[in-house]
Amino acid sequence: MTIKHRITPYVFLLPGLVFLAIWLVYPMGHSLWISLHDWKINPDEISPFVGLGNYVDTFTDSQFWRALKNTSMFALVTTIGQLILGVLVALMLNRIARGKVFFRVAYFLPVVTSWVVVSLIFRFLFNSDPSGMVNYLLVHGIKVLHSPISWLNNAETAWAAIYSLGIWKGIGFAMVILLAALQTFPEECYAAAAIDGASEWQSLRYITLPLLLPTIILVMVMLTIGAFQVYIPIALITNGGPLHRTEVVLSYMYDLAFHDLHYGSATAVSFVLAAIVFVISQAQLRLKRLSYTESVEGGA
Amino acid sequence: MSRKRTEFIVQAAFTVLLLFGALVTLYPFLYMVGTSFKGATYIFKMPPELIPASPTLENFVEAWASSNFGSYFRNSLVVTAISTTMTILLGSMMAYAFARFNFFLKKPLYYLVIFFMMLPAMSLIVPQFILATQFKLVGKLSGVIVLYIAQNIPFATFLLRGFIEQLPREILEASEIDGASHWNVFWSIVLPMCKPALATAAIIASLGAWDEYVWANIVLNTAKVRTLPVAIANFQGVHVTNWGLVFAASLIAVAPIILFFIFLQKFVIKGIATGAVKG
Repeated sequence: MTIKHRITPYVFLLPGLVFLAIWLVYPMGHSLWISLHDWKINPDEISPFVGLGNYVDTFTDSQFWRALKNTSMFALVTTIGQLILGVLVALMLNRIARGKVFFRVAYFLPVVTSWVVVSLIFRFLFNSDPSGMVNYLLVHGIKVLHSPISWLNNAETAWAAIYSLGIWKGIGFAMVILLAALQTFPEECYAAAAIDGASEWQSLRYITLPLLLPTIILVMVMLTIGAFQVYIPIALITNGGPLHRTEVVLSYMYDLAFHDLHYGSATAVSFVLAAIVFVISQAQLRLKRLSYTESVEGGA
Repeated sequence: MSRKRTEFIVQAAFTVLLLFGALVTLYPFLYMVGTSFKGATYIFKMPPELIPASPTLENFVEAWASSNFGSYFRNSLVVTAISTTMTILLGSMMAYAFARFNFFLKKPLYYLVIFFMMLPAMSLIVPQFILATQFKLVGKLSGVIVLYIAQNIPFATFLLRGFIEQLPREILEASEIDGASHWNVFWSIVLPMCKPALATAAIIASLGAWDEYVWANIVLNTAKVRTLPVAIANFQGVHVTNWGLVFAASLIAVAPIILFFIFLQKFVIKGIATGAVKG
């Protein structure tokens, strides 16, 4: 009985652990090993040990810094955009009496649609032809442009297209999590505030937003982590162009690996990115704890 | 009276704003659907039409029949079905072990699971590709299936462990006393009680497998074995300006997900929300 019991949990764990060991744990160690070598694709060639050479190469490559800057800007712009619009939609949705299900489904649709397909849709919406939908609406619709723009042939305007895709795809995600939090807020707080003569604006400012802050920061963490891993829109909309000016960290890493076959540097880059994402999320989570204690103490 | 009026104005204003937002959100989809019914000569017509004046089904016929999207669809279905089933089975077994037993190395093993749940998906792509090459899995559907299973197991384990721990202990203990084997308890008592969590885990795993592009694009390097996302991306590369055809193909890939989502929206939204809060 005891012997059987000692073995039983491992029997249940084993099949799953085999998959994890082969496809995640071993690759993790192997990746570290590769990143310390000038790795040769050909297994018959000797891969010289270079220590931290690949990491030094990464940090001294201006292309890496540009990719990192681009990724950070993408994370900043899209996270803020998704958060602001997500909060607005969630607050309005929480307040209306009819049509909640319809709106929830409508705003969530981009979240469940594949990145490949939505990237192609935006590539088409922002195409440079006068009949491209964005060009047409800006030139003939609201008349803010005189002539059509070649959106994707210029880094600044290409980023506008990619940013708008990033924001559009995630509003529903932010909205759903914020809405779930809003629905847990105690009815009595608002009733008491109303009796004390608080206006709706005041309840929003002094009850809802402080209570919502921890969730806003949580969503911010998740959106930032996701944004730093942006790859598919770049690959399918601009392919990093024009002249590598819309490259992001993962497209830079992907090209190092599967275009230049420079596995040593590529694995070094992926460790650097994982570390950056980890540090940022830890910093934001600390912010969350801070905001939580503040809202609790503020309420006391 | 005036409070009622303010309330009415607030409701009306918010509804109008939300409708406008929903229109902006849905417009790209509507435009995709409209374009997929346009013949090649109407794609760049001025002014652009949301609803084509002379709709045609030729794009769908061509995508499905002569461009092999029927077989890409089948490939995606096979990959999604097998990887989801295996993820759920192996993940729930691990979850049961973590939830019901104490054993040596329990904590470090669980931390390992959580660690890989949070690791960005693309960060091990190079050594994973080397491994797939060594196992001769490149160019085969099994090459993507095994990785999807490995990558989805951690979240399934995490989610189901939490769920199993909240099941009433007495029921499980009673059946153990009755002499049921641990496998029987797991299979005929625990799993049926876990249906909601299993549904959530299955939704996350199958959406991930159906839409995955980067790994599939590297591993499925021959046309025959492509899954839908890879096929669509490559299709766009070939038919650069024939957007009607590209979007007909895209709709074939997206329609099942959208229908699935509309019918099961509560489950899907809850699933993705829990999936995201996993940290």
